[in-house]
Amino acid sequence: MSAVTMTMRLFLPAAIGAIALLQPAWAEPIAEILVTYSNGQFQPGVLNAPVDKPVVIHVKNLDAKALEFESTSLRVEKVVAAKSEGIVNVRALKAGRYEFYDDFNDKAHGALIVE
Amino acid sequence: MLATLIIVFREVFEAGLIVGIVLAVTGSVPHRNSWIGGGVLTGLMAACVVAAFAGALSQLFEGMGQELFNAAILAVAVVMLTWHNVWMASHGREMAGQMRAAGQAVADGSKSLLALAVVVGVAVLREGSEVALFLYGILASDGGGSAASLALGGLAGLVLGAGVCLLTYSGLMRIPQKALFATTTTLITLLAAGMATQAIAFLERANWLISLDRVAWDSGWLISDRSIAGRTLHTLIGYTDQPTQMQLLVYVTVLLGTFLLMRLTATHPTGRGGSAVRERAI
Repeated sequence: MSAVTMTMRLFLPAAIGAIALLQPAWAEPIAEILVTYSNGQFQPGVLNAPVDKPVVIHVKNLDAKALEFESTSLRVEKVVAAKSEGIVNVRALKAGRYEFYDDFNDKAHGALIVE
Repeated sequence: MLATLIIVFREVFEAGLIVGIVLAVTGSVPHRNSWIGGGVLTGLMAACVVAAFAGALSQLFEGMGQELFNAAILAVAVVMLTWHNVWMASHGREMAGQMRAAGQAVADGSKSLLALAVVVGVAVLREGSEVALFLYGILASDGGGSAASLALGGLAGLVLGAGVCLLTYSGLMRIPQKALFATTTTLITLLAAGMATQAIAFLERANWLISLDRVAWDSGWLISDRSIAGRTLHTLIGYTDQPTQMQLLVYVTVLLGTFLLMRLTATHPTGRGGSAVRERAI
């Protein structure tokens, strides 16, 4: 079908271009933080991170429930299955307080302090 | 129970909107109900499978399996939606004018229906797997309330989601037949562009895409991503209160790309349907 060929012809170079842009970014130094989740609470409730450095947050879920680690200001949203660990990548941040919460449980929240 | 209801509804909401739009788009196509129903069912089953293997999925690609999986299925949906629009531009008028043999029209219609069934399946899969994970978690944990209240909350959330679907559908069906094609084409195009930016967001979270990742603006003070309006717009047009430059670029690219493809493949570019689409697409 001509529409399909046309679609392919136009999409393919775009797709190849897009793939060329994709590259894991491990070049910059990163700060790693661990937060555990048990009995419906984040431990610790307040995390600290340096300014202007990409942050990797390891969310360790010890509960038998899944959680969704979410934050609008950090622009993250990640489901962490029961008894497992999720990795959340965060861009280099400006100084400030960034709230996060469990989208599946409105009693669980915490904050990341960047300074 | 109320918490269960709210969370289930929040997830089902998005899928409901999309199914409603697809139902309106395929309004008069024969056998559409079985195609779309098939898409929903397949999506549900796939959602359970994904939920069951969520832990394993997360571990893939250095912990970024979830993000890449979401980006991939969203990309599939974007291609399907775009393909549907292009296909409609080149064949829709012929079909409407009954210029083809009925059998051929149905066969062609099925191809486009398959694309939309895939879109429905993807929407149900994405939202459904979160619901399944959440509900499973409550069941598995000891102090999580009785199974009955869980089922009740989940069911009520599901019914409300189906309500959203019905409202979307009947709302679109109020549009006069003449304007319906242009409206649904515009909706599908915006839906595709929105899904493309969501796919970009997942690639950014996975750190697979770092070019142009600066946030272009923050309109959270006006419409927050967490508000009902924000969630609705997020599904319909891909609204996000803090889009990155790359997301904006991809959004515009998909809109322009669809517009160009439809122009290039339209059988009668000077026809009334064509010009209506053109106006809306700009």
